[in-house]
Amino acid sequence: MDDLMTVVDWSRAQFALTAIYHWLFVPLTLGLSVIVAIMESIYLKTKSEKWLAATKFWMTLFGINFAIGVATGIILEFEFGTNWSNYSWFVGDIFGAPLAIEGLLAFFMESTFVAVMFFGWNKVSPRFHLASTWLTAIGASISALWILVANAWMQYPVGMEFDPAQMRNVMDNFWALFSGMAVNKFLHATLSGWALSGVFVIGVSCWMLWKKRNTEFAIRSIKVGAWVGLAGLLLTMWTGDGSAVEVTRTQPMKLAAMEGLYKGSKSQSIVAMGLVNPDKTWDNTEDEYLFEVSVPYGLSILAKHDPNAFVPGISDIIEGFDINEAGDTINTVSYAERIARGKAAHEALRDFDKARAAGDKALENDARARLKADYPYFGYGYFESVDEAIPPVAMTFYSFRIMVILGSYFLAFYILVLLAVYWDKLPIERTRWLQLLAIVSVPFMWVCSEAGWVVAEVGRQPWTVQDLLPTRAAISSIPSSSVITTFWLFAAIFTLLLIAEVSIMMRQISKRSSTNLETANL
Amino acid sequence: MMTLEYLQNYWWLLISVLGGILVFLLFVQGGQSMLLFTGSADRRNLIANSMGRKWELTFTTLVVFGGAFFASFPLFYSTSFGGAYWLWILILFSFVVQAVSYEYRRKKGNLYGTRFYDLLLFINGVVGCVLLGVAVSMFFFGAEFTVARGNLLDAQAPVISTWAPTHGFEAIFNWKNLVLGVAVLFLARTLACLYMMNNIKEDVSFFRTLKNGVLVNGVIFLIFFLWFLTMVLLAPGLTVTTGEYGYTASVETTEYFYFFNYLHLWWALVALLLGVVMVLYALIRSIVANHYTKGIWWGGFGVFLVVCSLFWVAGYGGGAYYPSLLDPMSSLTLRNSSSSEFTLTAMSYVSIIIPFVLGYIWYAWASMDRRKLTPDELKEDGHKY
Repeated sequence: MDDLMTVVDWSRAQFALTAIYHWLFVPLTLGLSVIVAIMESIYLKTKSEKWLAATKFWMTLFGINFAIGVATGIILEFEFGTNWSNYSWFVGDIFGAPLAIEGLLAFFMESTFVAVMFFGWNKVSPRFHLASTWLTAIGASISALWILVANAWMQYPVGMEFDPAQMRNVMDNFWALFSGMAVNKFLHATLSGWALSGVFVIGVSCWMLWKKRNTEFAIRSIKVGAWVGLAGLLLTMWTGDGSAVEVTRTQPMKLAAMEGLYKGSKSQSIVAMGLVNPDKTWDNTEDEYLFEVSVPYGLSILAKHDPNAFVPGISDIIEGFDINEAGDTINTVSYAERIARGKAAHEALRDFDKARAAGDKALENDARARLKADYPYFGYGYFESVDEAIPPVAMTFYSFRIMVILGSYFLAFYILVLLAVYWDKLPIERTRWLQLLAIVSVPFMWVCSEAGWVVAEVGRQPWTVQDLLPTRAAISSIPSSSVITTFWLFAAIFTLLLIAEVSIMMRQISKRSSTNLETANL
Repeated sequence: MMTLEYLQNYWWLLISVLGGILVFLLFVQGGQSMLLFTGSADRRNLIANSMGRKWELTFTTLVVFGGAFFASFPLFYSTSFGGAYWLWILILFSFVVQAVSYEYRRKKGNLYGTRFYDLLLFINGVVGCVLLGVAVSMFFFGAEFTVARGNLLDAQAPVISTWAPTHGFEAIFNWKNLVLGVAVLFLARTLACLYMMNNIKEDVSFFRTLKNGVLVNGVIFLIFFLWFLTMVLLAPGLTVTTGEYGYTASVETTEYFYFFNYLHLWWALVALLLGVVMVLYALIRSIVANHYTKGIWWGGFGVFLVVCSLFWVAGYGGGAYYPSLLDPMSSLTLRNSSSSEFTLTAMSYVSIIIPFVLGYIWYAWASMDRRKLTPDELKEDGHKY
């Protein structure tokens, strides 16, 4: 196998590329499908042509986005096999199940009813059509549920045990997959899609107001978009808080990287804005930040909901230092010890395999017992140095801040837009600066959303499965030249298709908004 | 009582069913392969709108087929996808470009023009079908891989499955595999003609064109399929004995393995023969009768049965469903490549909803296809491709 790290790096790059492109489209699908379903529900209740027109307008944009989301999604599932084949075997017994269930429960629902939604206006009853629109939205969310359950499991692997005979993990508790981490992750990601779609709907509608086209239509759309978006954003923030607590409990190293924190303390402040010092390492005395603006007690509150709590930094975690809720200093397992115990687990597994081949049950049992004791640190056995177990700090730190700062901005944005819609003194149809702000804000919502995923996935490094399987041991036996070629192949095709999508979207918005959108003849 | 062996067999049955449905639904790809060379733009739009309303079902079935393999036989997923890298990547690539092409092909602002997207649909139609045939053919003629689980502990190359350095190209350019690939392509084109005879209402000349399509594509399909079937029946296979922990204890090569396996698995033989008869009935009646439109159902169900029977004869009967040409002991069987008893049991409970899923798909399909697609419908307002 050639140049292990090159294959690992390019495989990571390819997966990141696919995931980033995929996530450009998925949140809009998740949120816009709900907005369209709400509009169609209002239409069916009021029988007003105006709502039918609104439904059809946003449904068209949904369709353009949906197709490319599907296209990028298929790659992700199969890349687990093509680029991460070792992973597919090592945890396939657990990870494969949510993916299969996603296909069975969600994809068929989406693909069946999305066709009825687009083409069934004159072929099925209005109620069946509305049910299809809702089922498309529900199918999208169920799809998100299962893939996020799978993702959460990688961050917090539970409900399984290691089978040394098969050299893989096997599931022993299906319901454990729905951990607090999984529930939070599902709600956080799905509801962020609502928040994103609200900004999109407001932005497009404000463009119509800017052009002085279809004012009533635009305001009607803004109202639905803003309420759905605000609800989504508030719930995203609430579940984000829950995620921070879960990360503190299960992935303390990720939290420390998010904060760029090396030496923790009680009543730990949080850095609102700052620059991390690139020369800082876990074992030198350099300052952590080149510049920082901190909020006292912030990190302790965020991580443990207790202003006086101790939050460990990267060096603390590596050295095995922590302070518990009672205020006592405790020793966690240091990273040097984890590496030693990981290697002991490898040795025990090797011994088990030899005993299995020789049919020596006594040796098998002995090796199995040793392995069980050290298995929680199995993944550390692949490392030679503790430095390998630290995630990229700067990228995690900055992505977290981009997400939080933009998220806070959009909360203010939603409140402002709703004020402008309902308050006569700030009429949105005549407030040009707000219209412009709404248009300009649209791409930043995507930046916010993608930054969240960078925090989650870069912060998880160097693990594919937390503590059990490092990324470098999860790969396929393929030459780096093949992965490099397919990386550029997919980069080119995704970019070409993205450009086409944006172009089509803009033409559709421009063309349709120049017609009368108060009637349903679209 | 659901034993591990029972569960492994059950999940292979479900894989077979999904495979059968997938090959039936490839009529979408078959229609796409005709798009580029259809002269009239109106006809192309008609074909695109007929196929386009079903493309997501084919796509989804492919994804679920892959997902079901991952969940139930992860060692296959790990070995084949990670090994035959280029084969699977090219299949994926062809499906990626399909997913957007229907939606974008006639939208203003699509930048590259309708013909570009029709070209992408054509690529998916041809490449997707041929390479899926190649992938399935390896279930009989084997692949160049080895499996060594102990490699997990090799820090420098911690990969349990390794493949020939050509990583799938050797499978694509293996003529035996290509025979099935070509058969699948022309089967898909035949089914597309049968589907459009049922789904589109246009003038007599179009119907006649479709009938000719059934004849030409059907004959080519039959030639290549019979060629493939003959090779399979004459081919040797691996008889595998399973030892402790599901590991392979011994392997021996058996001449005419699949022929004898068909005799042993008589119900698979019945499915094969019944399927072939149904396909032939669909072809002959569609060609001979003046205006017969139900061929897609006879042909589709026949194809489903034939594909199921091929999967059954590959997986059941004590053989290796994925023979290794480099190291026969590494060959994949239902026993050594499956998920654990717990996972297969949990997934089996989930599989109870499959009839419900099939039920709502059928209901939505029937509701949408009650009225045939006409050129006039494409002139009306509304969503179209």
